[in-house]
Amino acid sequence: MAMTMTQKILAAHSGRESVSAGELILADLDLVLGNDITSPVAIKEFAKLGKDSVFDKDKITMVMDHFAPNKDIKAAEQCKMCRDFCGEKEITHFYDVGEMGIEHALLPEKGLVTAGNAVIGADSHTCTYGALGAFSTGVGSTDMACGMATGKAWFKVPSAIKFNLTGSLRRYVSGKDVILHIIGKIGVDGALYRSMEFTGEGLSSLSMADRLCIANMAIEAGAKNGIFEVDDITLDYIRQHGGAEPVVYSADPDAEYDEVIDIDLSAIEPTVAFPHLPENAKAFGEIGDVKIDQVVIGSCTNGRLEDLIAAAEIMKGRKAAKNVRVIVIPATQQVYLDAMEMGLLRTFIEFGAVVSTPTCGPCLGGYMGILAAGERAITTTNRNFVGRMGHPESEVYLASPATAAASAVTGRITSPWEVMEK
Amino acid sequence: MKYTGSVIKYGDNVDTDVIIPARYLNTSDHKELASHCMEDLDKTFVSRVKQGDIITAGQNFGCGSSREHAPIAIKASGVSLVIAKSFARIFYRNAINIGLAIVECPAAAEEISEGDTVEADLDNGIIRNITTGKEYKTAPFPEFVQKIIENGGLMQAIVNEAF
Repeated sequence: MAMTMTQKILAAHSGRESVSAGELILADLDLVLGNDITSPVAIKEFAKLGKDSVFDKDKITMVMDHFAPNKDIKAAEQCKMCRDFCGEKEITHFYDVGEMGIEHALLPEKGLVTAGNAVIGADSHTCTYGALGAFSTGVGSTDMACGMATGKAWFKVPSAIKFNLTGSLRRYVSGKDVILHIIGKIGVDGALYRSMEFTGEGLSSLSMADRLCIANMAIEAGAKNGIFEVDDITLDYIRQHGGAEPVVYSADPDAEYDEVIDIDLSAIEPTVAFPHLPENAKAFGEIGDVKIDQVVIGSCTNGRLEDLIAAAEIMKGRKAAKNVRVIVIPATQQVYLDAMEMGLLRTFIEFGAVVSTPTCGPCLGGYMGILAAGERAITTTNRNFVGRMGHPESEVYLASPATAAASAVTGRITSPWEVMEK
Repeated sequence: MKYTGSVIKYGDNVDTDVIIPARYLNTSDHKELASHCMEDLDKTFVSRVKQGDIITAGQNFGCGSSREHAPIAIKASGVSLVIAKSFARIFYRNAINIGLAIVECPAAAEEISEGDTVEADLDNGIIRNITTGKEYKTAPFPEFVQKIIENGGLMQAIVNEAF
């Protein structure tokens, strides 16, 4: 029976020769992830089982990133609950302030996920690790608790949409523009319950940062997971980051897909998603004069070193527009350190930006850059729902680091092609 | 499992950020979460929702974050059932896992009006609008899902050895 990449990984993790779309299976997990918001609920659920230990203390990870460093007393209590649990259960991969980064940037960097893995995380953007050729999907806290106790999760085997990538990206266009373009095309439920499988000769022009960004936002199209065909770029990345031995699964040539969508990367332009859904994607021909109050560059979607380099290239030697607040958040301590050594932090500060410690903070309206009523932000994050970044009457526009930086220069939503030579 | 209640109706793409805004995610207390349920979509929800009420909605209900706090807030506010044209997959899974009954039924979600009284028998896959008399068929819950909801959630079902 011909299978997609995702189906092959699920078959291998449920001890079967093959699986097909719609089947319910129980899969063995290689990693179970939680953060400071979702883990407390999971810890309470885990306690109901009355078990002394977790299934494998090396295969669970908790990252304190959403409201950490603690934004208030309640957030502090939640982090403390996670810290106490991980201490008591001797969880190996517990990342607290000082070591932590935004979870979906941190785990690949630490080599905790490799090709062929099956991963669940109590965070919707867990689909990010599909960029490494893993099956990885977001779940809730109860599934996390069951995963911590048993090392297993049940899944309905998904069907898939294949994205056949050709060509290569133009200057100042990145993975973010690709995924916003795709979500604009298929809608916020365009891949509901299904896998998004990325393949084609265009892959070779996409960096790991681009791929991680694209897989990260598969959930914004409703997908169960996003997954990239593994190539030398993937394998080099896994090796460089000390990941476990990769197991490479390729889709069968005669695998069935619900749909095949061709994407010519060279045709993609800088793209912005307007409020209040990620599917409201527009290229610059359709974008008028939209003034902004705040720019955020960071998050699990776009807080990697390549993203900061792209923003710094545009900010270098320029100044932020008057009355625009610019917040740059390196996604991990390593990214922060690399950005410092490359001189990027100086560029940001001289531009007029603030540089924060790693945190999810502003992306979900937690802290570190909340919007007032009537304010607009252009950000490199992943959601622009009502009230996502603060007041329900504020507005969030999603874009790439280059577009966000260009907009910080002018004070209105601006294409990097306008500020820089193409 | 049978549910009877008065309907509160919403549209497409009701996301988890409006069901329970992240500014309240510094707690997992069910009552506190319920006191902010739907706040950024419908400020009147908390004051008008009654025990047993049924929410109907359009496509992709519960899209966005994986926060289990969203179905928890809905359940703790007294809602007995959510009927939608479709659900986002993490929300669907979370609702079943915490024992909040949910069902996909596009025709019922489209035609039932705000304030109608609705009766749903999910074991047999029947939704009846008592106000209009119209009946809708849905796929019955698989047995394991029935057991999870009857036990008040996945963990309690495991503890009760329901499977």
